[in-house]
Amino acid sequence: MTATNPLPAAASIPAAPGRPSHPETDPRLEAQVSYGDVRELRGPLLVLGDVDGVGWDEFATVETPDGARHGLVLEVDRDRVTVQVLESTDGLAPGEVRVRFAGRPLEIVVGPGWLGRVCNGRGEPLDGGPPVTGTTTMPVSGWPLNPVHREPPHEPVLTGISVIDALTTLVRGQKLPIFSVPGMPHLTLATQIAAQATSKGAGFRVVFAAMGMTHADIAYVRDRLEERSAAGELVLLLNAADDPVIERILTPRIALTIAEELAYVEGHDVLVIMSDMTSYAEAVREVSAARREIPARRGYPGYLYSDLASLYERCGRIRGRPGSVTILPVLTMPAGDITHPVPDLTGYITEGQIVLSPEVDARGVYPPVDVLSSLSRLMRSGAGPDRTREDHLDVAAQVMASLARARQAAELAELVGSAALSETDRSYLAYQGVVEHRLFDQGADELRSLDDTLGRAWAALAELPERELTMLPTTFLDRFLSARTETP
Amino acid sequence: MDAMTATVSGAARGAREHGRAGVVIRVNGPLVEVEGVDGIAMLELVALGPARVTAATVAIAGERATLQAYEYTGGLQVGDRAEATGRQLSGLFGPGLLGQVFDGLMRPLSSAPIWLTADRAPAIEDAETVARAWRFAPTAAIGTTVSPGDVLGVVPDAGSVEHRVLVPSDASGVLTWIAPEGERCVVDVVARIGDREVRLGEPWPVRVPRPFRNRPAGSVPLHTGQRVLDLLYPVARGAAAAVPGGFGTGKTVLLQQIAKWSDADVIVYVGCGERGNEMADVLDGLSQLVDARTGGRLIDRTVIIANTSNMPMMAREASIYSGVSVAEFYRDMGYDVVVIADSTSRWAEALREFANRNGDLPAEDGYPADLASELAAFYERAGRVTTLGGAEASVTVIGAVSPPGGDLTEPVTTDTQRFIRALWLLDRDLAYSRHYPAVSWTGSFARDVVDLGSWHVANGDPGWPVRRARATALLAEADRLSALAEIVGPSSLPGHERMVLLGGRLLRDGVLMQNALSANDGFCSAAKGAALLDMVLTVVDACERLIESGVAATTIEQADHGLVLRAREETGPDDADAVRERSLEALRLLEELR
Repeated sequence: MTATNPLPAAASIPAAPGRPSHPETDPRLEAQVSYGDVRELRGPLLVLGDVDGVGWDEFATVETPDGARHGLVLEVDRDRVTVQVLESTDGLAPGEVRVRFAGRPLEIVVGPGWLGRVCNGRGEPLDGGPPVTGTTTMPVSGWPLNPVHREPPHEPVLTGISVIDALTTLVRGQKLPIFSVPGMPHLTLATQIAAQATSKGAGFRVVFAAMGMTHADIAYVRDRLEERSAAGELVLLLNAADDPVIERILTPRIALTIAEELAYVEGHDVLVIMSDMTSYAEAVREVSAARREIPARRGYPGYLYSDLASLYERCGRIRGRPGSVTILPVLTMPAGDITHPVPDLTGYITEGQIVLSPEVDARGVYPPVDVLSSLSRLMRSGAGPDRTREDHLDVAAQVMASLARARQAAELAELVGSAALSETDRSYLAYQGVVEHRLFDQGADELRSLDDTLGRAWAALAELPERELTMLPTTFLDRFLSARTETP
Repeated sequence: MDAMTATVSGAARGAREHGRAGVVIRVNGPLVEVEGVDGIAMLELVALGPARVTAATVAIAGERATLQAYEYTGGLQVGDRAEATGRQLSGLFGPGLLGQVFDGLMRPLSSAPIWLTADRAPAIEDAETVARAWRFAPTAAIGTTVSPGDVLGVVPDAGSVEHRVLVPSDASGVLTWIAPEGERCVVDVVARIGDREVRLGEPWPVRVPRPFRNRPAGSVPLHTGQRVLDLLYPVARGAAAAVPGGFGTGKTVLLQQIAKWSDADVIVYVGCGERGNEMADVLDGLSQLVDARTGGRLIDRTVIIANTSNMPMMAREASIYSGVSVAEFYRDMGYDVVVIADSTSRWAEALREFANRNGDLPAEDGYPADLASELAAFYERAGRVTTLGGAEASVTVIGAVSPPGGDLTEPVTTDTQRFIRALWLLDRDLAYSRHYPAVSWTGSFARDVVDLGSWHVANGDPGWPVRRARATALLAEADRLSALAEIVGPSSLPGHERMVLLGGRLLRDGVLMQNALSANDGFCSAAKGAALLDMVLTVVDACERLIESGVAATTIEQADHGLVLRAREETGPDDADAVRERSLEALRLLEELR
């Protein structure tokens, strides 16, 4: 294989578990016949006629006078095969194309050889190095993990970011997306998590899948993660905004296949960051539109939920094995609309969401998290006694409930003026200011300990009359509330 | 009698001739077309290709048939063999279901490998299930005449309820032989009725409702242990309820709480297109919790059907039917069963996905035109019935709905509302302010509330209907006034109105909110729930009297109401007496404000 070769795919490598294919005995593998009867070229689709012995979802190589392109079989119908071409069909002419089929779905080489590498969205090196090699290959679409063999995630990941650690604790093996809008510092936050996250004191291997990101953003990410890269703990798969659109459908699958091997075979804790999922979903929509499928909402296909789930569900832990895959998808909500299909379907699949808000950003708070819309579903099993600190869950619940009340008080103050507010409501306004500026706001490279974070939360709650803290057991009030501990 | 005629031909046809095979002519994801399968029938299962991928027949046109594949079809080629199996999608119904996890096709997942590849054997051929031996004890005597639903024998140690082996719905006559007490496998014959052999486990086609005698009148409440449901929006045993809610509104936690704490004999939890971690969590949680009624583990009264969102889509479609068939199986033994389906929207999406691939004309939002009738058929499998054996038993169906974008006017939500008795609408604003369970008191309904109120009156709680009426009135009034207070400011409202606002807050925070994580508050007995609500209503009355006697509203508002608000957390799950003591103490403290 040369450096320009495609994925280290197919050919003479043993098959994935459960797939019977022995190169000597399986006639599908020795074929490697090429076909040239191109019947149709439309958008990303290439329809071949007069084809025999090709299976659904097989990987295909499209040979053109200018070099090879790659594709996946979307449909076989008698002797016709529809292929989705990853690098688009631009410039293809029916008479000049030959297509070979790999005899099986796309597989890639997996293993530690990926660490420290920078590749394009199809896994080809961009760093001048040789192609990634290894002894094992795995199908990029993966297989569903038997739920019985899943270990329910319950160990906290400390990010050193107060608003996340205190209120939406990330848990090892979770999938927790960042919902953002263009212009928000979501990449700063994602890379800060990647750089600072630890679980039981150990850092993470990071697989970063960029889909449709601008070159400026990619450069920023590489810069922010340079330390991880130098330590050989980072895999970068980069599909830039001007790279082939359909290739983006493959990028996260390659990233997750690499991550699964690093986690479940090599035993690492792996963090997979996928940005931007909106660009990914648009690529899926483009293929669907070219196939003239009946759209569900906003032109997105009805299977977008299942398609996204086939990515996000690859997080987790396996019983009896040390590693984990934690997924942090990043997406920009078009027009800030959280009901748009991409954030909406993502939210239904993922275990919570971290929502960034322009209003909070405008108040000069970093990270600008809208905490009331944000949630970590696994926090209840990953925080609290024996996990983080015994008062953690109660403090978080009280901070949240009080913020909800503070927001009501702020709305009321805008209507009737703060002078007309009760004394209690005014204390909520004061509390809101302290929470935002002492607890939530921090530096983009600042790493806070959990005790520091929770201490700040208690300090903010001390702004409220004690009778308002009904979600906190009296034993915690005695121990942690500064008003009491300072003046016994 | 109405369901007596339901067919079991799919199960009985298993013996029909094999070897009818044709070829695959088209593959488009889960949609596969085959040609030349002789005598193929609608819903008949076909094994495709070398991996023998299971697919069901959904359309037949001449020589060609359209199939929906229940597995990943990667690698399947035109020309691959398509072999008819002569049976419909069936589960093997016998001992060994309780405490176990199955996929949507009723194949046990505990014996499956870590990675679920496409080449696993069908449910009724699972080696581990077939090989396991159970202690069978006969209860019927040879020579007696038996009819469908009669108990032939029991398997005492197959879960937390006694497993009863029944006369199948298609068999009756003289019991000519019954196995003596001893070890039997599910495929072993345990009785002979005339010439009909009855095995310990019998296959049943999951899309066919199991027959029963009739639906008796009357309503009995299902106690869920969740106060907002039991006090305000109760559901009757055998009714259907739906829980619509956008993401993050706490649907799954609420359903898990019901799975843990409702007073049914058997729970069937169907994870349909939901999260794998969540299923692992349900399994883990139920394995650790003790069933207060039996002393065993909660998992031993539970059957989990897990078809997570990354498992094949069409098996998700089947999982709903598998779940409700399991429920009917235990119902027929005389038990009260609750089926929890999370989420029916994912099931509807599977219907849509397939209809679209098949080129069917879409109705609303791309869903097929038969969406409403499919939903109706599913929810109508709920019911409180007299079984064929004469027992009273029930299947209660609780379905989660996941409306896209939280839009409650979308087809699955609106169609579902027509076929259910109770709606527990989850409100995003409540969830965002961390009011859980976020069951809205403006959009929810309980259509059996009058009948269930009468049941409470007749069963030791004469105050139930009045208490509920006062609570809903207080909530509505408090909502109206807080809208007003947002315009004029709460301090400019008269004292009486401010007490209503205070009462609304005490009711919401002290009664309706419930902490799923708390040992004291996660489950609430009927008596404690009633005591909590009584306490709040009494305190509100006392506050009103204070206002009338001239105490300033601000004084009452700023008093410490912690005693009332913390009662749910600081008293035991069934400790109504402690709540009543607190109530007296709270009243005494209020009197001190005079």
